[in-house]
Amino acid sequence: MAKIIVDVMPKPEILDPQGKAITGSLARLGYSGLSVRQGKRFEIEVDGEITPERLEQATQAADSLLANTTIENYVVRVDQ
Amino acid sequence: MSVDTVANAKATPQVQQPWAELGLKADEYESIKQILGRRPTSCELAMYSVMWSEHCSYKSSKVHLARFGQLEKTTPRGPLLAGIGEQAGVVDVGQGWAVTFKAESHNHPSYVEPYQGAATGVGGIVRDILAMGARPVASMDSLRFGKLDAPDTARVLPGIVAGVGGYGNCLGLPNIGGEVVFDDCYYGNPLVNALSVGVLRHEDLHLAFARGTGNKVILYGATTGGDGIGGASVLASETFDADGPAKRPSVQVGDPFMEKLLIECTLELFQAGIINGIQDLGAAGISCATSELASAGDGGMHIDLDLVPLRDNTLTPEEILMSESQERMACVVEPANLGKFFEICAKWEVLATVIGEVTEGDRLIIDWHGETVVDVDPHTVAHEGPVYQRPLTRPAWQDTLIADSTDKLPRPQTGIELADQFLAVVTSPNQADKSWVTDQYDRYVRGNTALAQPQDSGMLRIDEATGLGVALATDANARFTMLDPFVGAELSLCEAYRNVAVTGAEPVAITDCLNFGSPEDPEVMWQFSQAIDGLIKGCQALGTPVTGGNVSFYNRTGEVNIMPTPLVGMLGVIDDVRQRVKAGFRAEGDLIALVGPATPGTGGIDGSAWAQVVHGHLGGKPPQPDYAAEQGLAKLMIQAAKDKLLASAHDLSDGGLAVALAESAILGGLGAQVALAGDDFEELFNERPARALLSFDPEKRDVLTSLANAHGLSLQVIGRVTSIEEISVAGSFSVSLVDLTRAWRNTIPAALGIGGQD
Repeated sequence: MAKIIVDVMPKPEILDPQGKAITGSLARLGYSGLSVRQGKRFEIEVDGEITPERLEQATQAADSLLANTTIENYVVRVDQ
Repeated sequence: MSVDTVANAKATPQVQQPWAELGLKADEYESIKQILGRRPTSCELAMYSVMWSEHCSYKSSKVHLARFGQLEKTTPRGPLLAGIGEQAGVVDVGQGWAVTFKAESHNHPSYVEPYQGAATGVGGIVRDILAMGARPVASMDSLRFGKLDAPDTARVLPGIVAGVGGYGNCLGLPNIGGEVVFDDCYYGNPLVNALSVGVLRHEDLHLAFARGTGNKVILYGATTGGDGIGGASVLASETFDADGPAKRPSVQVGDPFMEKLLIECTLELFQAGIINGIQDLGAAGISCATSELASAGDGGMHIDLDLVPLRDNTLTPEEILMSESQERMACVVEPANLGKFFEICAKWEVLATVIGEVTEGDRLIIDWHGETVVDVDPHTVAHEGPVYQRPLTRPAWQDTLIADSTDKLPRPQTGIELADQFLAVVTSPNQADKSWVTDQYDRYVRGNTALAQPQDSGMLRIDEATGLGVALATDANARFTMLDPFVGAELSLCEAYRNVAVTGAEPVAITDCLNFGSPEDPEVMWQFSQAIDGLIKGCQALGTPVTGGNVSFYNRTGEVNIMPTPLVGMLGVIDDVRQRVKAGFRAEGDLIALVGPATPGTGGIDGSAWAQVVHGHLGGKPPQPDYAAEQGLAKLMIQAAKDKLLASAHDLSDGGLAVALAESAILGGLGAQVALAGDDFEELFNERPARALLSFDPEKRDVLTSLANAHGLSLQVIGRVTSIEEISVAGSFSVSLVDLTRAWRNTIPAALGIGGQD
């Protein structure tokens, strides 16, 4: 089945406490020099073909529900 | 990129600067130039603009707040240990203990991003308490939203509630009460008033100053990022269009786990005795912290801004000065104590950086990579901002509003109509069960919560050996305040006082959080000025000083201001929390009584919950406060709690006897049979102050009656607690307690479409 992927990330200027905690844990485990920002990935299965209309629908869904656009950015793409 | 240095500012007086975009008025910009004797550098402009914003400088409210100065600095339990002007007031509660508490608004950020706005509101007020050297022990939150069924309420309410819970729960602080109120006027401008309370021993109270040349200025806690840049002046001083946020500036994101480390680290630093001066970083960030610390001391200050640890290396010095990154503190430490300081910070994994030092003289000088970008007198930034004597006008519509009384509204004619309206009022959003909200908060963590929502006030045990405790209640009656801002503020104060008193605690002091519309509107300024005078009159009459507080202006949607909402947070002291009195009925056969002024007042239907729920009406005159009766009631309650005379006590306020009776029955799981003297409708729904609903063992009737009389009150037995699951009003109606309870619990979850019962 065709899939649309939505990647959501905290905006660059926004504090990411989860990423900060992961960065700290990595350092404690010896993985030094890695700085993490954590987002989320949505896989959306689509009935039928992925048309431009479908992508637009997914974009609207991302904008209104999947991402909190006040503090997060999102990217919508087709899963290859 | 080149920076705008002081030398450059001197050499280029003609440069155009974006003072208007930063929220400054032309004359304010002119006075900055006059103060400096040149144009400000862009860094100085950033500092002045945030520090001279309404939010930080109180420029419209200062002249009115100054009138609080006439109040005694004494509580019924002794002199205030710290008052207005400190980061939070400190009250002596006896046995060597002191309590500090304060309420603060985070209204505009909570509309833009409900979760983070509310969360960082909680975090900000906790740091104020921490800066007094006290351990934060509990929170309370007073929330106001648009109508419960309005579409945006479904976005704003769950986000704000989750934010309050998320941050407070992670800190391990119980949330012991507050309010949830719905009114159309808060649609597009919710109110989030966060209160924090902290505890310390007397000997640990140090009002710190940044004196001593050569002492180091340390920034510790989170790194600095681009959060909420300009938030203080832009977010808190602009209004939103009806159709949504006009701007979406970067908001602050909180990290409660960082804050928890900051709390433990700061308390250990205080314990070690190595903090000479301390300031939390809230609105206006480093601009505020450096100018406040420098002007609180007796020297100058030199800061190397490029030493500030950054989360984002692209930040300009202006942005670093304005950033509102959360979970940061600044303090002044003697060089000899630096080792100990860093050792404690390292233990708690808190990043600490020396960013400057206290100097001779009286200038605050900030360098950026060796070039001076700020050279100011810190007083002019922190304390000598503009002061406005804004015009006041009593609104022309005030008389029309007062004339529009409830006299003409149809009243219930039959028992069935009265029963329907009883149900409607008790289950209306403002009176209905708030568990859906408060169940998301940890109310009992730390193990010292003696009372929490749905009781009249929250109560905490302070001393585990003696049982010494404090009670806290927050109240604002915006509807009464709309009808008469002076009397409405008095009544809000009385309600908070009564809420504390009915639990058996002695009310001692208040904090306030004054939420109003635009100060540029003379009618709003009139409301504000009246409300201040009402609070002063009430505080004088009740003997409860104002320990501090906060003003929030520009609360409006489009051109429509919110109803004036002066929130009062009342602190009470109880010698032993085991004596506390709860609101729910306790035993079948107990007598139910109304206690109140010997001469009943008049009115109380105008502005009532009944008028709102049944007729959507607001008009007429609020009832008059009765301070002698409020104080008599408090004394009665304190004595009755001590002597264990009462099974329950519940204050009468919104929704009058109807709501008090329903809540005491629901909370106790017991029915009530009452017979009312006089008109049943009037008796059930009037909201006259200074009254409470009691239940007690019939054997206690005589002693309670004479105690009430001794305090100038009348105690009138109106019925009995029964095991029959209904509330019945003789000759009028009876309603099933099961149905009532279900409907009362269901209102909020059902409207939000989440987790409703049945």
